[in-house]
Amino acid sequence: MQWEVVIGLEIHVQLSTKSKIFSGASTAYGAEPNTQACTVDLGLPGVLPVFNGEALNKSVMFGLAVGAQINERSVFDRKNYFYPDSPKAYQISQLYYPIVGEGYIDIDLEDGSQKRIGVTRAHMEEDAGKSLHENFHKQTGIDLNRAGTPLLEIVSEPDMRSAKEAVAYMRKIHSIVRYLGISDGNMQEGSFRCDANVSLRPIGQEEFGTRAELKNINSFRFVEKAINVEIERQMDILESGGSVTQETRLYDSQKNETRPMRSKEEANDYRYFPDPDLLPIVISAEEIEAIRKTLPELPDAKCARFMQQLGLSEKDAKALTVDRDMADYYEQVQQAIGDAKMAANWILGDVAAINNKNGLEFKDCPVNAEQLTGLLKRIKDNTISGKIAKEVFEAMFSGEGSGSEGDADTIIDKKGLKQITDTGAIETIIDRVIADNPGQVAEFQSGKDKLIGFFVGQVMKASKGKANPGQVNQLLQKKLRS
Amino acid sequence: MSTLDKSDVEKIAFLARLGVDEQDMPEYASNLSKILDMVEQLNSVETDGVKPMAHPLDAVQRLRADEVTEVNDRENLQAHAPETAEGLYLVPRVVE
Repeated sequence: MQWEVVIGLEIHVQLSTKSKIFSGASTAYGAEPNTQACTVDLGLPGVLPVFNGEALNKSVMFGLAVGAQINERSVFDRKNYFYPDSPKAYQISQLYYPIVGEGYIDIDLEDGSQKRIGVTRAHMEEDAGKSLHENFHKQTGIDLNRAGTPLLEIVSEPDMRSAKEAVAYMRKIHSIVRYLGISDGNMQEGSFRCDANVSLRPIGQEEFGTRAELKNINSFRFVEKAINVEIERQMDILESGGSVTQETRLYDSQKNETRPMRSKEEANDYRYFPDPDLLPIVISAEEIEAIRKTLPELPDAKCARFMQQLGLSEKDAKALTVDRDMADYYEQVQQAIGDAKMAANWILGDVAAINNKNGLEFKDCPVNAEQLTGLLKRIKDNTISGKIAKEVFEAMFSGEGSGSEGDADTIIDKKGLKQITDTGAIETIIDRVIADNPGQVAEFQSGKDKLIGFFVGQVMKASKGKANPGQVNQLLQKKLRS
Repeated sequence: MSTLDKSDVEKIAFLARLGVDEQDMPEYASNLSKILDMVEQLNSVETDGVKPMAHPLDAVQRLRADEVTEVNDRENLQAHAPETAEGLYLVPRVVE
């Protein structure tokens, strides 16, 4: 039997507000337990939620960015369940009238084509606290600092057909929320979390198969692995004539397997009803338009502009625009040196490579855009070669310099890396290399043209990489052929 | 006519984490059924074109400015908790 995979994702994005969605407590990450949990977050009797308008703004920005209908009237509901990290015994969420209606994004597939993925809806809700099960004998410790942090839950259509498509969708949503500045998107800190609904159906069948929900997957890599291992599990069951149970499963990254969460007997009976403590959220068409005007250039638009205006290839333009920090860095360098291709090659090459090697995000790159600008200017004016530039770049990366455009010059001076462009000086080196290698000279002159590479290499080596390679080549040709 | 039986009452009580004595079950079942019957009368009302009401007050939510206005009051708040340790509230163990 041939099976088709059907995947839908629910992504929880922490909105980067200063205070919580219904209280004035801070949302800063990493504080001492319960120092940012006030009476509202604790659900003490008599307290009332007061809605944070910034959570609304940020949610509307997302909706507009994915071409969605913004609901001018949305309503908060109570989702009832008992768990100690939710002290009110309900979560305030939006079930019936979410703020964001249907929208879509386009993802890039591996074969270079694009696919449109539907966004069903996005709604505002509050996050729960954290339970710590270790270290307390027969007890659980509760930290409510996170309780009440604003979340936007983004629900996709079941439009994805492979783990790779799911990852591409997730990356695109991540890129969009980072561009919009509505979330820091930090997955380690839980600001961007994903649940995946996975099911299989025989190819050609319209009806969906029974799905399993994979909970709380906190990295792009794990999303792909978790979905693939779940697909295999379901396929084994179906191939052997069994049936998949609808349930919630946890992905164990160490064992690379999914397993059922201990199911609570009365799970999924949340008895939603409109929260009587909160009035309907109303936003006018004019206010929505005002928010639309604040939207920054989004990744797809920026990518198109880089291709049209700067003449970059689609591949380079895409790679440069996924991460807003990288795109901003690129534009700053590009504008300063006026060479789109050179800036792209350096940033996608050496800069990206050293960041990856050191596990750094682009925003944390120790070489800033001014420093790189200073360096690339010295390649362009032939002060140093591209090869020597890598040495200067590494020095900057390891902390040499003061973070300014002049750093390249300082390092070049200090290390004596300035390119030798004096014809006389280069000729002296060439003469010595020719004298030292009579055998190769004879071979070259008898027609073995490829040996030019050997001579260039020898001269560069003798000059400690400082001779101008173009001049070396030219002078060598002249001398060897004379 | 909605009629709840004992198992419905047990389920509702469990969801609300309420303890209900066995002997009181029939009475709860009967009273809750009557409440449902009363609400069911609404089904006979013509509601086409009536907008769903989210709140009895004809008003909209006021928006709060995004400012941190609360200070750390952990010591005071935790004085009311039955048990705490290392700044955490302690509860009977819950394991996923």
